[in-house]
Amino acid sequence: MSSFENTVYSRNKIHPQKFALLVSCASVVMLFAALTSAYVVRQAAGNWLEFPMPVLFLYSTLTLVVSSFTLYFSYKGFLAGNVKTYKYLLLLTFVLGILFIYLQYKGWMALVAMGVELGTNPSGSFLYVLSGLHAAHILGGLAAVFVAILHAFILPYEVSAKRKLRFEMTQIYWHFVDVLWIYLIVFLWLQQQS
Amino acid sequence: MANVLTAAPHSEEDVLIEQMGYDDHFHEHHDGDKFQSNFITTYIFSQDHKMIAKQFLITGMFWGVIGGLMSLVFRLQLGFPEESMAWLKPVLGKWIEINAETGMGALSPDFYYALVTMHGTILVFFVLTAGLSGTFSNLLIPLQLGARDMASPLLNMMSYWFFFLAGLIMFISLFLNTGPFSGGWTAYPPLSALPQASSGSGAGMTLWLISLVFFVVSVLLGGINYITTVLNLRTKGMNMWRMPLTIWAFFVTAILGLLSFPVLASAFFLVMCDRGLGTSFFLNEIFIGGQALDHVGGSPVLYQHLFWFLGHPEVYIIILPAMGIVSEVLAVHSRKPVFGYKAMVFSILAIGFLSFIVWAHHMFMSGVNPFISNFFVVFTLIIAVPSAVKVFNWIATLFGGNIRFTAASLFGIGFVSMFISGGLTGIFLGNSAIDIQMHDTYFVVAHFHIVMGVAAFFGMFAGVYHWFPKMYGRFMNETLGKLHFWGTMVGAYLIFWPMHYIGMAGVPRRYYRFDTFQSFSQFDDMNKFITIAAIITFGFQLILVINFFYSIWYGKKVTEKNPWGATTLEWTTEVDPGHGNWAGKLPVVHRWAYDYAKDGQEFISQITPLKEGETETH
Repeated sequence: MSSFENTVYSRNKIHPQKFALLVSCASVVMLFAALTSAYVVRQAAGNWLEFPMPVLFLYSTLTLVVSSFTLYFSYKGFLAGNVKTYKYLLLLTFVLGILFIYLQYKGWMALVAMGVELGTNPSGSFLYVLSGLHAAHILGGLAAVFVAILHAFILPYEVSAKRKLRFEMTQIYWHFVDVLWIYLIVFLWLQQQS
Repeated sequence: MANVLTAAPHSEEDVLIEQMGYDDHFHEHHDGDKFQSNFITTYIFSQDHKMIAKQFLITGMFWGVIGGLMSLVFRLQLGFPEESMAWLKPVLGKWIEINAETGMGALSPDFYYALVTMHGTILVFFVLTAGLSGTFSNLLIPLQLGARDMASPLLNMMSYWFFFLAGLIMFISLFLNTGPFSGGWTAYPPLSALPQASSGSGAGMTLWLISLVFFVVSVLLGGINYITTVLNLRTKGMNMWRMPLTIWAFFVTAILGLLSFPVLASAFFLVMCDRGLGTSFFLNEIFIGGQALDHVGGSPVLYQHLFWFLGHPEVYIIILPAMGIVSEVLAVHSRKPVFGYKAMVFSILAIGFLSFIVWAHHMFMSGVNPFISNFFVVFTLIIAVPSAVKVFNWIATLFGGNIRFTAASLFGIGFVSMFISGGLTGIFLGNSAIDIQMHDTYFVVAHFHIVMGVAAFFGMFAGVYHWFPKMYGRFMNETLGKLHFWGTMVGAYLIFWPMHYIGMAGVPRRYYRFDTFQSFSQFDDMNKFITIAAIITFGFQLILVINFFYSIWYGKKVTEKNPWGATTLEWTTEVDPGHGNWAGKLPVVHRWAYDYAKDGQEFISQITPLKEGETETH
C-alpha cells in the first residue's frame, strides 16, 4: 500500500483522498450530463416513443433515499459510540441497496412487459442506459458499504482518524449516487411531462 | 537511502532546506524508505512518480515510432502510387496485394484506411496525451511543488498500467485477420457502430473500443491524482501564484481531461449498445448489401456532438502541457523571468474554458444549422486572443534575453514558430464560410499537424532535453540534440507547408489515390516531395531515440544539483532523488518561480527567503 497512509496531513483542510473522491464524482457527473444532454438532443429530433414510467421506479427512489438516511445515522452511531446502531444500520443500508437494484430490475421487467424493450426506440434505450449505468455505480457503492460492514463486524470498535476517513468516504460516495439517481428520476419525469 | 539521510548538507540549497525546511517526518515512517525494495517494485509496478513518468515516456516513444512508421507506409502509397510495394510484403503480409499480371505490389485500400486510423489514434491518445501529459505531469507536479509523491501513488501506478493495457489491446488489434479499425480516429458511426460496415468494423473496432475505454480510465485516474496533488500537496509557501507555469498547464490539462473524457466514455458506451444490444442511438435507416437493417431512429450527428465535446478539449489536453513546458524552458534558457506570468496563467484558464464551447467547429460540414455555427465561429476566433497573448509573452521572454541555445531552448523557440504557423491557419478554418471550402482538403491536415502535432512534439522534445538530467542523472548529447532540432524543424515545414497549397487547390484528404482525377495530377511531384521529406524527418527522430537510450547509460554525468541554474524546486533535490524526493525536510518556498536576473543575481532559487526590503514582484 501507499507509504502515505500514515502521513499526517495536518496542513490540509481536507484529506487528499477525500478530495480525490470528490474530483472523481465530478467526472461521473460529466458522464451522466453527457447522456442526459444527448437525451434532450435526440428527443428534439422526433420519432420518440412516449410511454408511462413504471411506478416501481418511484419505490426504488424511495428505497435509495431511506438508505442514505440509515447510512447517515449509522455514521452518527459510529461517532457517538453507539455500536449497535452503527453496525445494524450499516447492514440495513446494504440490504436497502440490494433492494434498490432488485426494484430497478423489476422496473426494467415492467418496461419489457409494456413492450418497451432495449432496442424498441431510443426513448426506451436511453432509460435503460441511464438506469443501467447508474445501477453499475450503485454496485460500486454496495462494494464500499460491504467493506464498511466487514470493518464494523470484524475490526474492534474504535474511532480512529483512519476509520473515520474510510467511513466518511463511503458516505460521500453513497450520498452522491443517491443524489445522482434523484437527478435522473426528476429529469426523466420532467421529460415525460413536457 | 539511509546514507543519503545522514549525509552532511553541502550546497547552499541544502543549508536552506535544513534550516528553514518543513519537517513532515516522512523518513521516520519505516515504510517510506522501504518503498522501492526489489526489482519489481522499483522498475515495473512502481508507485514512485518519477519511475511512472519514465514508464509513460518510454511507452510513448515506442508508440511514437510505430505511429510514425505507419504514416510513412501510407505516405509511400500517396507519393508513389506507381511504384511496387512488394518489398513490404514480408512485414505487411496480405495487406500488400500483388497484381498477378504485372507483379506489382500495392497497399490494400482497406489497410490504407486502417493505417490512417491507427496513426491518428496512436499519436493523439497514446503519444501526445499519455506520452506528453502523463510523462511530465508525473515527473514535475510533485517535484516542482515540493511534494513527496502524488496524492495516491497506487492510483498513479494503476493509471500507467491501464494505459499499458490499452496499448496492448490496440497492438493486438493490428494483427487481426480482418485488420484493425479503419473508420478514422474519430470513429464516426455507422462505420464504428455496425460490425458489418467494413472489414475493420468488426473485431478491429471491438478491440479499439475496449482499448480506448481502458485509456479513458487511465486518463481519469491520472487526472484525479494531478488535480488533488496540485490543490492539496503543495509545500509550505507554495501558493498558487508561485507555481511554475508548467504546473498551471498540467493542472488545467487534468481538469479538461477529467471533464471531457467521461463524455467520450458515454459516447463509446452508446456505440457499444448499438453494436451489441440492438439499440439505435446513432443508426438510422441503413441499407447494407441491399438489406435494410432494423435500426431506426438514431442520429449519427449526436455521436459527433459527444465525440467532439471530448475531441476539442483533447487538442488542448495535448497542447497545454507543451505550452507550460515551453514557458518554463524559455525562461530558464533566456535567463529572464517569464514575461507576463499572470497573463500566461489567465490565458491558460481562458483557453481551458473556451475549449468546452467550440466543439461544433469540427462539424460545420456535418449538417449543423449554419446559424448555430455562428456561435461556434465567434468563440473559436476568441481563442486566438489568449493564444496570441501567450505567443507575445514567449517572444517578449526571449527578447533581450541572454539566450543559451541548448537543444531544449531551440525546441522551445521552434514550438513558438510552429504554434504561430499552425495557429494562423486555425483562424482560416474557424470561420465556417471558409471551412466549408477547406474542410475535406489537405489544408486541414496541414493545419492540425503543425499546430497540435509538430508543436506538441516540440514541447515534448524541449521537456525531454531539459529534464533528462533530472530523470537519469546524465545529460543527453547536445550536438545530436541540435542536429535533431534542425532536421525536425526544417523537415516538418517541408512536409506540411506544401500541404497548405495542395489543400487550397482543393485536393481532398482521406483519398487512397488521385490518379482518376486529372485535375490533381499536377500535384504528383508535390506528393512525392512530401513523402520524401516525411521519410527523412522520421529518420531524424531516430537520432533522438538513439541519443535518449545511449545517454541513459553513457551520457555525461550530472555533477551539480542545478545544471541549468533554474529557480524551481526540482533542482534542489539530489541529482538522483530517492523515494520521497527530498532526503531530509521539505523545502519551503519564499518567492515565485521566475526570479532570473534580479538584483544583479543570475537566478534566485524559490527556497531563498526574501532579503530585507526586497519585494516579491511579478
